[in-house]
Amino acid sequence: MYDFEYHKPGSLADAVKLLSADPDARPISGGQTLLPALKHRLNKPTSVVDLSGIAELRGIKREGNKLVIGALAKHVEVATSPEVKAAIPALAQMAGTIGDTQVRNRGTIGGSVANNDPAADYPSAVLGLNATIVTDKRRIAADDFFQGMFTTALEPGELLVAIEFPIPEKAGYAKMRNPASRYVMAGAFVAKTGGAVRVAINGAGPGVFRQADMEKALTANWSPDAVAGVTQPADGLNGDIHGSAEYRAHLVTVMAKRAIAAAG
Amino acid sequence: MNVVTPFEGIGASVKRKEDLRFLSGRGQYTDDINRPGQTYAAILRSPHAHGRITSIDTAAAAAMPGVVAIFTGADMPDLGGIPCGWQIHNKDGTPMAEPMHPVLAVGKVRFVGDAVAAVIAETRAQAKDAAEAIQVEYEVLPAVATLEAALAPGASLVHDDVAGNICYDWHIGDKAVNEAAFIKAAKVVEFDLVNNRLVPNAMEPRAAIGDYDPTTEDYTLYTTSQNPHVIRLLMGAFVLHLPEHKLRVVAPDVGGGFGSKIFHYAEEAIVTWAAGRVKRPVKWTAERTESFITDAHGRDHVTKARLAMDADGKFLALHVRTLANMGAYLSTFATSVPTYLYATLLSGVYATPTVYAEVKAVFTNTVPVDAYRGAGRPEATFLLERLVDVAAAETGMDRVEIRRRNFIPADAFPYQTPVALQYDSGDYQATLDQALEAAGWAGFEARRAEAKARGRLRGIGISTYVEACGIAPSAVVGSLGARAGLYEVGTIRVHPTGSVTVLTGTHSHGQGHETTFAQLVTDRLGVPLAQVDVVHGDTAKIPFGMGTYGSRSLAVGGSAMVKAMDKIVAKARRIAAHLMEASVEDVEFDRGTFRVAGTDKTRSWAEIALTAYVPHNYPIEELEPGLDETAFYDPKNFTYPGGCHICEVEIEPETGITTVVNFTAVDDVGRVINPMIVEGQVQGGVAQGIGQALLESCVYDSEGQLVSASFMDYQMPRANDLPMVSVATHTTLCTHNPLGVKGCGEVGAIGSPPAVINAVVDALKEYGVRHIEMPATAAKIWGIINASRPAMAAE
Ligand SMILES: Cc1cc2nc3c(=O)[nH]c(=O)nc-3n(C[C@H](O)[C@H](O)[C@H](O)COP(=O)(O)OP(=O)(O)OC[C@H]3O[C@@H](n4cnc5c(N)ncnc54)[C@H](O)[C@@H]3O)c2cc1C
Repeated sequence: MYDFEYHKPGSLADAVKLLSADPDARPISGGQTLLPALKHRLNKPTSVVDLSGIAELRGIKREGNKLVIGALAKHVEVATSPEVKAAIPALAQMAGTIGDTQVRNRGTIGGSVANNDPAADYPSAVLGLNATIVTDKRRIAADDFFQGMFTTALEPGELLVAIEFPIPEKAGYAKMRNPASRYVMAGAFVAKTGGAVRVAINGAGPGVFRQADMEKALTANWSPDAVAGVTQPADGLNGDIHGSAEYRAHLVTVMAKRAIAAAG
Repeated sequence: MNVVTPFEGIGASVKRKEDLRFLSGRGQYTDDINRPGQTYAAILRSPHAHGRITSIDTAAAAAMPGVVAIFTGADMPDLGGIPCGWQIHNKDGTPMAEPMHPVLAVGKVRFVGDAVAAVIAETRAQAKDAAEAIQVEYEVLPAVATLEAALAPGASLVHDDVAGNICYDWHIGDKAVNEAAFIKAAKVVEFDLVNNRLVPNAMEPRAAIGDYDPTTEDYTLYTTSQNPHVIRLLMGAFVLHLPEHKLRVVAPDVGGGFGSKIFHYAEEAIVTWAAGRVKRPVKWTAERTESFITDAHGRDHVTKARLAMDADGKFLALHVRTLANMGAYLSTFATSVPTYLYATLLSGVYATPTVYAEVKAVFTNTVPVDAYRGAGRPEATFLLERLVDVAAAETGMDRVEIRRRNFIPADAFPYQTPVALQYDSGDYQATLDQALEAAGWAGFEARRAEAKARGRLRGIGISTYVEACGIAPSAVVGSLGARAGLYEVGTIRVHPTGSVTVLTGTHSHGQGHETTFAQLVTDRLGVPLAQVDVVHGDTAKIPFGMGTYGSRSLAVGGSAMVKAMDKIVAKARRIAAHLMEASVEDVEFDRGTFRVAGTDKTRSWAEIALTAYVPHNYPIEELEPGLDETAFYDPKNFTYPGGCHICEVEIEPETGITTVVNFTAVDDVGRVINPMIVEGQVQGGVAQGIGQALLESCVYDSEGQLVSASFMDYQMPRANDLPMVSVATHTTLCTHNPLGVKGCGEVGAIGSPPAVINAVVDALKEYGVRHIEMPATAAKIWGIINASRPAMAAE
């Protein structure tokens, strides 16, 4: 780890001020992604701005037909929140399977979504549920937010404040874990919200993406069988020592089937 | 008094004495030790697998805050290379190629991770900062990252003076007899396989602290070693040229070794030497990534085998050709692993009349490869037990029957194999029967059918194995090229009040020696377990020792302790005889009590101990005071644990994920001292065996970069990857050591991989699978299922 300055602002405005004053400052939430990178000397921020003292980023609440989750909500909080479990059980279930106990006790939804690791869990829920990302400056639709591997619509210094999830009629998630890292090798989040079907695929490609053929098939017939025949092309998917692109393509269909079965 | 209740002697599952310390965070590991005035070393490592160093500029780095000194290979012209402990001879009698392994690279770097410079600084962070500021220019050379690449015509040479990258080309067995047997065969099975390379990943990374006292010129090295005396000898005599009496090596609590901490590593020499230069203690602790790219890896064989059988399925001859990867340099015992610890086991549990094995050891631009839990014997077992299954499949014989038909019978011991070893005892039918029963082998087809109804492919696999532990005797291994003796040393120090300190030259890094060895003393001397302490890991305390590897500690070290106890008892009886005014021959000793035979005259252990140290009424003319004896024990032979492992798996065809649903191990480890510890050792070994078979994949790219250099990519077995392992023992005693013990540290890792793969192949039998290389990952298995799907659909 290289030396850096440490700030712990008490308000969103102060955090934004610190971050906009210095392009090499980095926000930190749970630190479960940033800290390992710092320890490996892969990152050299001038200062680290700890968001954990900012009340505006906290909280999980139901607002009408939306669930609003503050950026600082830890995975364990999402997994165990009665509001989440009642409104979007698939999201609570997903949060409960991220990493291990230690990771879930520190890692946050804001950190995970801002990081947009292609093998992360949450991005598929955000995209599959057609959520809106609320930042200190604006509101961004999920379809516009994720822009490929570790890239999002967030501008430098822009902070993710909360995520608004429309409450679906049905939603389900299934994944196969990478055998070594236990991140996602291939996952599918399926949801039917206001009659519209979305299928978001994570792990398999360089970034989370929507599977249009499956969405079409499910719109016509909401059942695991409907996607069983939909082939995900291997082109452009990840291939590595853990599995080929063809394997991941195959898993996309398997996980989609399971996600639908889980959604009921 | 001195009645041992509850029973704590041989055969009792007493809880481990060391665990309170370990489980409450009070272990003292090398990195927990801090010396006054300590500095920190960071090692700058080669980012290239192969290159010529054209320049090193340390000026900017040396000027950085906190930097005490920077050393490169050029600063160490007088140091020797890291030595290899075993010289192998080629088929033509010439010695193996043994290129120099400099402590810090000189001229060339040969693997990613090769040490190029050492920075000594006030803090770890400062040392790392300065290491990054060293400017090294490399002329990058083509790398040979695999055996195939290293042996290709015109391949780049890892060592400019080692032609063809071949370290040695060795053989064992009678070639002519072997060839003749193949001519008579009714059936020959040919089979190629790979034994996958593994990264050991001990929980505690390696660490070393060098300390130097300028007033006495004494050096101390604290290090994560399985054998501190061996390190003292190798480093002192061959590398740093320090006399033994000026060098103390301490291996305190060590958090797992699995072989990887046997070897003498450059960092040990660097910190010791540097401490003398900067006249301050120097500490180095590996980071996990450093462990991945510098701890000696294991296995990495490519083998072609041929098995000749007669019409009844009896084995007539085995011919094996193996390529063994040595990595970039010869690690301490690297050369012995694919020869005397592998090829000598190729008879296995079978009465194959002739075995001929040829082994080529090859240099590559990868991390050095050396002994890893089982060392050679897992490779031999995997080959044989897969080959036997293939032979069964190709002759239509039952997998169990083909084994039974070829076993060395229980009444054939001692059994001389055609590959040098003489097995002293074993009963392979018995361990097989017991395992078949315990695993419910007979009822398997019903379980397969039930699984099929759930959409799962279920398979069962068996492995029957023998291995060799406690490598010995010294004279024999010496004649085969070992540069060390392989005896062990034990001291029994009885204190005036009767409590006992045991000094052993073996080392415990998780095995529970502090308990097992104390049980030997309790059993023999009748001293309660709480009054026996075992001391190991410090050359200043223990007379000498060869350390712990090859499951030798109890068989060899325990036997030395028994010999020392014999001396103690003999002397104590003479003291007792004097006190009771009896003749020595009439004094009996039984667990703490000396008695004149046939009388009620007794003396207690404590009385004798006190008399030995307060010799007021004592036969001082004939007997020295004190009760403290040392014995050196050099075994007559290896010991030969063996047994049967049965694995049952279920595969989910949609994903290829394999779940081990049942695992049964029945091992003959000789006499069992502490059944609980044996069970733990076997379970741990099986965990590593399942890891090798299904999970652990060490991958280099063609440039020689280790792709699987972190836990993000290298899959260590986790608790939820493993079944409950059912462990049982079946004992035949070792015939040549006083305890009858054989060793249990490696059996789990040796017997299990072929059982797992045989089960996977069995589960996939409807897909016509002959073999699947380890690790049998989900992706690989799905590939097999997917490839045969169109064919099956077309049927
Ligand atoms: C062992 C381990 C296993 C894991 N397994 C999984 C897994 O299975 N699935 C999975 O999805 N994840 C996994 N993770 C990652 C984990 O979920 C992280 O917690 C998460 O990715 C990042 O959240 P964080 O709060 O820790 O973010 P941090 O590490 O604090 O930050 C991550 C990045 O986001 C930025 N950032 C943080 N907060 C904000 C904000 N409010 N606005 C803008 N930018 C912000 C930071 O600057 C940084 O670039 C694992 C992590 C570990 C260590």
